[in-house]
Amino acid sequence: MSTFERGWAVTRTPPSLDIDAMLDDPGTRIIVCCGSGGVGKTTTAAALGLRAAERGRSVVVLTVDPAKRLAQAMGLTELDNTPRRVDGCDLDGVGREGGELHAMMLDMKRTFDEIIEAHADPERARQILTNPFYQSLSSSFSGTQEYMAMEKLGQLRRSGDWDLIVVDTPPSRSALDFLDAPERLGRFLDGRLIRILMAPAKVGGRSAFKLLNAGFGMVAGILTKVLGAQVLKDIQMFVSALDAVFGGFRQRAEQTYRLLQAPGTAFLVVAAPERDAMREASYFVERLAEEGMPLAGLVVNRVHRTPAASLSAARSCAAAEDLESNGEHALTAAVLRLHARRMQLAAREEREQEHFTSVHPTVPVTRVPAMPEDVHDLAGLRQIGQLLSSNGANSVSRSA
Amino acid sequence: MGTRDAQDTDWEGVRLHVVSGKGGTGKTTVAAALALALAAGGRKVLLVEVEGRQGIAQIFDLPPLPYEERKIAVAPDGGDVYALAIDPEAAMLDYLEMFYGMKRMGKALTRIGVVDFATTIAPGLRDVLVTGKTSEAVRRRDPRTGTRVYDAVVMDAPPTGRIVRFLNVTQEIAGLARVGPIRHHADLVRGVLTSPETAVHFVTLLEEMPVQETLDGIAELRETKLPVGGIFINMVRPAGLPDAALEAAFQGRFDTAELAAGLKAAGLAERTGDAGPLAEALTKEIAEHARRVELENQERETLASVGTPRYDLPLLPDGADLAGLYELAEALRAQGAA
Ligand SMILES: Nc1ncnc2c1ncn2[C@@H]1O[C@H](COP(=O)(O)OP(=O)(O)OP(=O)(O)O)[C@@H](O)[C@H]1O
Ligand SMILES: Nc1ncnc2c1ncn2[C@@H]1O[C@H](COP(=O)(O)OP(=O)(O)OP(=O)(O)O)[C@@H](O)[C@H]1O
Ligand SMILES: [Mg+2]
Ligand SMILES: [Mg+2]
Repeated sequence: MSTFERGWAVTRTPPSLDIDAMLDDPGTRIIVCCGSGGVGKTTTAAALGLRAAERGRSVVVLTVDPAKRLAQAMGLTELDNTPRRVDGCDLDGVGREGGELHAMMLDMKRTFDEIIEAHADPERARQILTNPFYQSLSSSFSGTQEYMAMEKLGQLRRSGDWDLIVVDTPPSRSALDFLDAPERLGRFLDGRLIRILMAPAKVGGRSAFKLLNAGFGMVAGILTKVLGAQVLKDIQMFVSALDAVFGGFRQRAEQTYRLLQAPGTAFLVVAAPERDAMREASYFVERLAEEGMPLAGLVVNRVHRTPAASLSAARSCAAAEDLESNGEHALTAAVLRLHARRMQLAAREEREQEHFTSVHPTVPVTRVPAMPEDVHDLAGLRQIGQLLSSNGANSVSRSA
Repeated sequence: MGTRDAQDTDWEGVRLHVVSGKGGTGKTTVAAALALALAAGGRKVLLVEVEGRQGIAQIFDLPPLPYEERKIAVAPDGGDVYALAIDPEAAMLDYLEMFYGMKRMGKALTRIGVVDFATTIAPGLRDVLVTGKTSEAVRRRDPRTGTRVYDAVVMDAPPTGRIVRFLNVTQEIAGLARVGPIRHHADLVRGVLTSPETAVHFVTLLEEMPVQETLDGIAELRETKLPVGGIFINMVRPAGLPDAALEAAFQGRFDTAELAAGLKAAGLAERTGDAGPLAEALTKEIAEHARRVELENQERETLASVGTPRYDLPLLPDGADLAGLYELAEALRAQGAA
């Protein structure tokens, strides 16, 4: 590398993310695809799973809310919370054998129910499962999906049935939700008020709980007035039953946290080359570093490219104007206008990526071009997988 | 009260516009533009947000909004847009005060975390407070004149995946509170939400997933008898080429020679006088563009099958800044959405 190349220009070219090295390394046991809403997490997770299987690994992909047609293409027609074998993989594509691909869709409520069933005696489980507050919490608390994704990941890992687990994350607004929500749910369920509400359910509770009970009396009075007595009874029943089952949600969340910090885990941050998504990716990268979680790199998805990059937006516009003012070649002028727009878009996207890299110069990056069509079959996933591993180049020269 | 003839619009008689859609498609942007459009010509509109994200403040370039209705923008030809960021805790206090005269008690409850607890464990409870506050603003009348305070209320609502649960408050509450005052309150709110005074709109892009979510959302609304509004197709890019050229490009028979001639005339040939390679490259680019347009047209057809009014909102090249909002508002008015 010349001194010139080592100058400031180089700081803007990030290291290239070597996807195949990551997939082929038997030490890679978990890949987590994170990112803000709609950037391509599910697509990336599925494409990586397929590629890893076709390179000889035994893989399970845990998807969350996949697009209908993609789910169908992967044989996921039922939401039954168990991994299904995906047919149609090319399992000796690079001369390696033993590859296998399984996929599943996360069923948040079912996963929650299973935890209850596994940890409570049948009678208690029944009480919880039929409690209206449990039903409300298990299907709509805003952190439940994230919590259950982690929970399922832990289960898959403990089963030992796969040597690689690829995890998609829920469609939250922010990538950080994946890390924050489980802790939030845990904190909530371990919270002070829960203790207050549980106090009368415990034996005696006179002297030591006096204060709590005084608090409880007031709370109960008002809640009864506003909500009605039945509601309050339901809440208390729910809280005490749940507490008996879990003995610390927070502890459980911490266990999964440690799994995520293990060296066999690789986080991939997925982003679109737009300001909001790249900013979000930046936050997330910083957060992973703080938590000691292993970052593999950044996937910039849906990058706009043009085969005619040598013609700048400015020249293209000027030429279009010329043609228009002469009143000739209207179609060429229109093509040039479109091209100028495309070049401007590409330049904007380039700036967003440069900005990220100047803040995080050591984070490896790979890019995937925007396809003209949506990705909803195995062939499309295979193509995305190839683009991911070749940093967006169309024809892959397999380098040593 | 409005000086404009309301009959010209598709939503005559609607006072509560709920704006939903897939995450990131432009709900906040469209809600703001719709509020401006509805206020145009001297009317008074309230824009509410319900998720504590301060999206309205951001888009209007204002400091965070308090839990208080305040004027934030002036519409074209006069008319005022007010904004309110509804905070579930504050709405709970309102509720306690309004129905029980228990303001101080409410504050104490908030301090020990009861409100937070109740609204977390039962999101339906939070929803009924938020929708309750909104419908109160819809129905509110000026005590002196007896007329409604707001001509319209626009809500920047939760995304498609949660919207029906959010609006279907009685259902949600029914499971939790079979009787009692909160149940009664929920029934009242439901009355407003299911009336012809309400319309639930969807924002979408011309892409597979947001379109699918829109269809699913509308089907779900119909099932639960909530009033379906319009479809707002956001970030629409002009096709840029005549249909025939797009068709040719799509089928791979775009006239590259003709393009090369045009490029030559525009002085874009290489030094050798050859414009062929550039024409080839641009032809590839156009073919890709044509495939994208074709896909968008298919999504359009899918949306048309729903049979509810549709509006196009252009992709603003510089993003949705304040000037952009007025542009979108104008587009909405021109198409009869407001
Ligand atoms: N490189 C690409 N080119 C074209 N389309 C793409 C590309 N990557 C993803 N898509 C399409 O974008 C849409 C969103 O992708 P995907 O579902 O993977 O995003 P996500 O991050 O999982 O979204 P959510 O946050 O809603 O879960 C899908 O329709 C998918 O087919
Ligand atoms: N017509 C448009 N042209 C250009 N940019 C737009 C347009 N509409 C919205 N945007 C931009 O798209 C982004 C998302 O818009 P917005 O925040 O309104 O979406 P949202 O649906 O409210 O998102 P969320 O689900 O996160 O609440 C913003 O950066 C906004 O400026
Ligand atoms: Mg997804
Ligand atoms: Mg928003």
